Amino acid sequence: MPVKMVNLTIDGQQIQAPEGTLVINAAMRAGIHIPVFCYHPKMEPVGMCRMCLIEVGRPVIDRTTNAPVLEADGTPKIAFAPKLETACTLPVADGLVVRTETQKVKDAHREVVELLLTSHPLDCPICDKGGECPLQNLTMGYGPGQSRFLIDDKMHLEKHVPLGELIFLDRERCIQCARCTRFQREVVDDPVIGFYQRGRSLEIVTLSEPGFDSIFSGNTTDICPVGALTTADFRFGARPWELNHAASICTHCPVGCNLTMDVRREARSSGRTVIKRIMPRQNEAVNEIWICDKGRFVHHYTENEQRLLQPLVRKDGELTAVSWDEALSLVAEKLQGVTLTTLVGGRLANEDLFNLAQLTQALAGQAVLYGEMAGGDLVQQVGLAPGSNLGEVGKGTAILVVASDLHEEAPLWWLRVRQAARRGATLIVLNGRPTRLDKDAQHVLRYAYGSEAQALANFLPGQALEDPAWSAALHAFAQAENVIIFYGSDGLGLEGTAALAQVAAHVLSGYVGRPNNGLVAVWPHGNTQGAWELGFRPTAELANTLRSSGAVYVAAADPAGDSAILAEALDEAGFVVVQELFLTETARRADVVLPVQAYTEREGSFTSGERRVQRFYPANIPALPGPRPDFVIAAQVGQRLGLALEARAASLVFQQMAQRHAAFAGLSYQRLAEVTEQWPKIDRRDLYYGGTSYQNTQGMGQTLALLPLALPPLPRLVAAANASKEGALRILPINRLYDRGALLRLSPLLAGRMAAAALWLHPTLAAAQGLVEGQRVAVELNGRTCELEVRLDENLPVEAAFLPRSVV
Amino acid sequence: MNALLERYPDEVKAILARYPQEQKRSAVMPLLYLAQRERGVITVKDMAEIGELTGMEITEVGSIVGFYTLYHDSGPRFRVQVCTDLPCALRGADEFLKRLCENIGVRVGEPTADGSLVIEEVTCLAGCHHAPMFQVQGDGEITYHEDQTVESATETIAELRRRAAGGQHE
Amino acid sequence: MSEYVLLRHRQIPNLNRLEVYQANGGFGAFRKVLTEMQPADVLNEVKTSGLRGRGGAGFPTGMKWSFLPNTLWPHYVVANGDESEPGTFKDREILENNPFQFLEGLMIASYAVQANLSFVYLRGEFWQIGKQLERCIATLERAGLLGENILGTGYSLRLVVHMGAGAYICGEETALLESIEGKLGQPRLRPPFPAVAGLYNRPTVINNVETLTNLPPILANGAGWYRSLGTEKSPGVKIFSLSGCVRRPGNYELPLGSTFRHLIEELGGGALEGRRLKAIMPAGASSSLLRVDDRVLDTPMDYESVAALGSQLGSASVIVLDDSVDLKWLLNKTVHFFKHESCGKCTPCREGTYWMSHLTERLVLPGKAQAGDAELLLAVARQMQGKCLCALGEFSTMAVTTAMQLFPEEFAER
Ligand SMILES: Cc1cc2nc3c(=O)[nH]c(=O)nc-3n(C[C@H](O)[C@H](O)[C@H](O)COP(=O)(O)O)c2cc1C
Ligand code: SF4
Ligand code: FES
Repeated sequence: MPVKMVNLTIDGQQIQAPEGTLVINAAMRAGIHIPVFCYHPKMEPVGMCRMCLIEVGRPVIDRTTNAPVLEADGTPKIAFAPKLETACTLPVADGLVVRTETQKVKDAHREVVELLLTSHPLDCPICDKGGECPLQNLTMGYGPGQSRFLIDDKMHLEKHVPLGELIFLDRERCIQCARCTRFQREVVDDPVIGFYQRGRSLEIVTLSEPGFDSIFSGNTTDICPVGALTTADFRFGARPWELNHAASICTHCPVGCNLTMDVRREARSSGRTVIKRIMPRQNEAVNEIWICDKGRFVHHYTENEQRLLQPLVRKDGELTAVSWDEALSLVAEKLQGVTLTTLVGGRLANEDLFNLAQLTQALAGQAVLYGEMAGGDLVQQVGLAPGSNLGEVGKGTAILVVASDLHEEAPLWWLRVRQAARRGATLIVLNGRPTRLDKDAQHVLRYAYGSEAQALANFLPGQALEDPAWSAALHAFAQAENVIIFYGSDGLGLEGTAALAQVAAHVLSGYVGRPNNGLVAVWPHGNTQGAWELGFRPTAELANTLRSSGAVYVAAADPAGDSAILAEALDEAGFVVVQELFLTETARRADVVLPVQAYTEREGSFTSGERRVQRFYPANIPALPGPRPDFVIAAQVGQRLGLALEARAASLVFQQMAQRHAAFAGLSYQRLAEVTEQWPKIDRRDLYYGGTSYQNTQGMGQTLALLPLALPPLPRLVAAANASKEGALRILPINRLYDRGALLRLSPLLAGRMAAAALWLHPTLAAAQGLVEGQRVAVELNGRTCELEVRLDENLPVEAAFLPRSVV
Repeated sequence: MNALLERYPDEVKAILARYPQEQKRSAVMPLLYLAQRERGVITVKDMAEIGELTGMEITEVGSIVGFYTLYHDSGPRFRVQVCTDLPCALRGADEFLKRLCENIGVRVGEPTADGSLVIEEVTCLAGCHHAPMFQVQGDGEITYHEDQTVESATETIAELRRRAAGGQHE
Repeated sequence: MSEYVLLRHRQIPNLNRLEVYQANGGFGAFRKVLTEMQPADVLNEVKTSGLRGRGGAGFPTGMKWSFLPNTLWPHYVVANGDESEPGTFKDREILENNPFQFLEGLMIASYAVQANLSFVYLRGEFWQIGKQLERCIATLERAGLLGENILGTGYSLRLVVHMGAGAYICGEETALLESIEGKLGQPRLRPPFPAVAGLYNRPTVINNVETLTNLPPILANGAGWYRSLGTEKSPGVKIFSLSGCVRRPGNYELPLGSTFRHLIEELGGGALEGRRLKAIMPAGASSSLLRVDDRVLDTPMDYESVAALGSQLGSASVIVLDDSVDLKWLLNKTVHFFKHESCGKCTPCREGTYWMSHLTERLVLPGKAQAGDAELLLAVARQMQGKCLCALGEFSTMAVTTAMQLFPEEFAER
């Protein structure tokens, strides 16, 4: 449907804007800034702060003829309303005449600022927001030089209210714009903060347990137009103007949120430069201007003092510090002439993976991806086509989410899928248990665990089911012009996810190649898809593979930490070399441990679950003396073996990659760094409009081309017999955002939110097993016994118990 | 376990039935009155239970409690609320309140020593033509007392305090 | 006074009992409407009667109903019984003593817009009234006048009493809707207006209790009869709540266009012993003050005439001030009221009422006033005007600006 364009005049400029546009936005696009506090371009207007008052004139219409009345000079006669109106709530209309700079408007702006400041403590010198504060800026720009309000009459309120352990509130500074509460309600559907009292006594409170219980809470500090809301890690940390910025990408889930790292030299860290905060960086095709709290706060592990700084080599049974040269030479020597297995995790950058793959290939080794989810090869063929953007998806598109809890696994996808549904996309959720996304779905379908692929196969063309819920969903799906499928690993392992991906690929085969169509895998890590692209594959025989390897080269994975069986297998393997940040269980068992740089300290690129390749840059922090980037280490090992591997720069590795891999063809670091204009306009000149999220000047990434379609035939679908031994409790792993992985454990701020080491069951199942709420049970998993607390949830299916995957 | 539902199963169901089925949130105000009926205050646990019944977050329920002045999250069993708004004040309400407090020996807004009652000032109660007047909120009811004298009000208060001391709830 | 139209209980004892009400013609209008008239006929009759809203704004009731789109369903009717404007106590008398006439009016309005579920919003303090109304509604259900398929006409209607909980702002129609929806009682942006997107985002009529109580006699006796009362532009009768410095405060039902003098002096008994009238607030605490003189006293109380004096008739809550009243004290009272009742949603009202209250407090406390405080008070009030989200903020400035303008001598610095 073509959008009707409307003609209006703002400050004498003729402007065209699509029907429905708010005057504030029409003006913004034309470069005319109207000050706002409560309005935010990502939320519904509320018109409550009254800052954006403007003069509005409308064409006079002759009641009898319905024609516009004309002035003597033939121009339409305009009647100006006696009252000023709010630009943030007024939609454009043909012939509208808006004035934003008249004396009347200027007076109003000055007066509203003065009113706001009557309750404000004016403590800018000690405020974290000082320097990037909309209130400060708008006061300078529009406010009175002096207030007539007596300073003694100021209301005094609590200043350091923890709304939970992540976010603090300064009640005096709050200007009641409700941006934070509206964000929580409207954008992320977590109304866990709200107003209390009324009038001048209005204050933000939370009653949730834990406080401010939302995985998106940090975003409120970005859009708070004053210093009322601050994060626990940045408050009193630094002044914004002292910060250096570097663009980065979050590696902790497959969304690939764009970040900016702000760093500063720090007295508390003996003058070292440290990361002061992680902020969202705008990428409307990925994360808009939001990030989840994990992405914002988890980086603290990179500063942990347990970081490995020196290469270690096992001597007389002990890991002993040695020089890089000694360690690398030893590795090179030991890798020759044995069966090599290279085992990588999804945290590695494309460049690391490429060099490791080259090395492995040269040594005729096996390139193994560590993980329990399959299907990345199919995503290469039927993934989202270039040009896709979840942010533009709406009516006409069906989104099917199967076997994934997006809210926990990929928070920003949850947000964007939910918004797509609100824009009219048909959302179908197919899972064995309820998840957060059910609430926004038109169709919620259930399967019995073990029959995921069979359930999904119902969406193959030409299927019909009698069950009305299914039949309605299938019908809606078939009607859709575009189809996107997200699949995950809820309760599944390699076999199950492989089957699921295959079915999904077949379901999608008729849609492949068009923007906003395709398959997305909800991987556990930020670059798992990249590992698939570069040739790594998971194996169901991992323990055997390890056991029978003459040498095992592990990077960014901790199999021994996760599983006693794998630990044992590793013990039986020959030579073991580990590239790591920390002395993990796996590293402890290695013959050589090579310390690596964290993603904050180096550059590289990641491939997101949507197959968008994006660059990350080193923060301006001096490199730790010992650690090296993974790709450099791999190259240096290779060089000692006479291989031409690139160690000089990530960009050069990428060049080689683009030559070798069809999907990367034509890409380069330059292209990844390209930016296009985005809406809403986030430039840090007008912090009041979009908040303190960073403008994207360092690159929005490029989506990989799809590989030629060569789908394997559909497997014969039978319900997987993953029910365990007769009578034994069937336990299925699910993915949680705040999992118990090594990195999260080393990020003190998030410790309190970690997924409990618990076993969740339906009360009926618990009763059958003789378990009661709160009881501690010993569960044997992957060869290890762990103690778990029993939790009951009557929304779960009765067939199995659940536990966070990382506990396994 | 939803204690509110257990305590007042019929009332809760009747309240929920008043509003369109998909508008459960509308029931929050009557449910808050119900929670407040016995003890005169609404606890955080009550709020959580009402949240459960209406599909609201506990913080959202708390916001309602905070916004409206007839809901209380703490305080004594009885509230004697004297209107001192303009029309009543024009007919001596300020003086009435002052003398009443002197008589009882309390200050406005401060509960009596036995913790049974508080005298408060409120805005117009639509009883302007019968000033001085006050309302008593307690035991889940609100009663108007109009055309009052300090003596009649003192007697009402004494009666309330006797009721509180006897401990009997109606 | 000949016969009461609204305060009929004053002439008929026990009118709050259904059988008494029916014996005196009660529900005749409703039966007639249901069995003999199309919804559009009812609407037309009300339009023709010229009935205007009694909640304050005086908006023509029939016209308001006609804005409801017939493309979006269901429709709702909400009776506004929040009655919290200082000096207003008329709806309370109706609800306490003549509840069935009000309910009949609400039922007629519901039929006219084809609502099957209608609400009565009462201020929480009207707890006793709420109980009584619920009993009345139950009585009507038993009598077959409410419920499914009323009088075999196929029309169904259910009434629900929703109690507020102490918030003046909930009298504002959109805040009231929020309150029924279980949210903070904060006003919504308009447009869209409730007639298009009201309760639960559906077309909704909101009328004052007194407005609705006019409907049964209008439908029973015809629009022509109604127009014979009152003035050309403000037809019908109105209840005037008289309070403050007069001998006989109370509710007086009069044709619109009766003079202030008639109300205050003849009916209200005039000023108290030894006192002179000084000013009138015709619309409660929200009023612009009128300085009493013969011209004002002889002004007919209808929407246009009072507006011509620079004030408003509003809900006709006439607060009388005599020469003992210190206007600084008065402003302190009104400003504190609005400060207490400001919902806090918009800046000018939230901050302005707070600021003004500091100034008025200093003005009344001996020795506290600082040079320029009075001037500043006026400046702050003017600064708020024209900027607030709803009328409450505007209301809070009316007494301030008019008192200072009409009685400058009382605010001159000594
Ligand atoms: C702050 C404020 C308070 C109000 N209080 C009341 C009230 O208590 N009762 C009432 O009927 N209308 C009140 N109104 C007017 C209503 O918004 C609305 O106009 C009225 O209920 C419409 O009914 P009517 O057309 O029958 O007058 C108030 C308006 C404002 C702005
Ligand atoms: S905390 Fe910030 S966003 Fe929330 S109301 Fe206060 S100023 Fe606005
Ligand atoms: S009222 Fe428009 S920005 Fe707040």
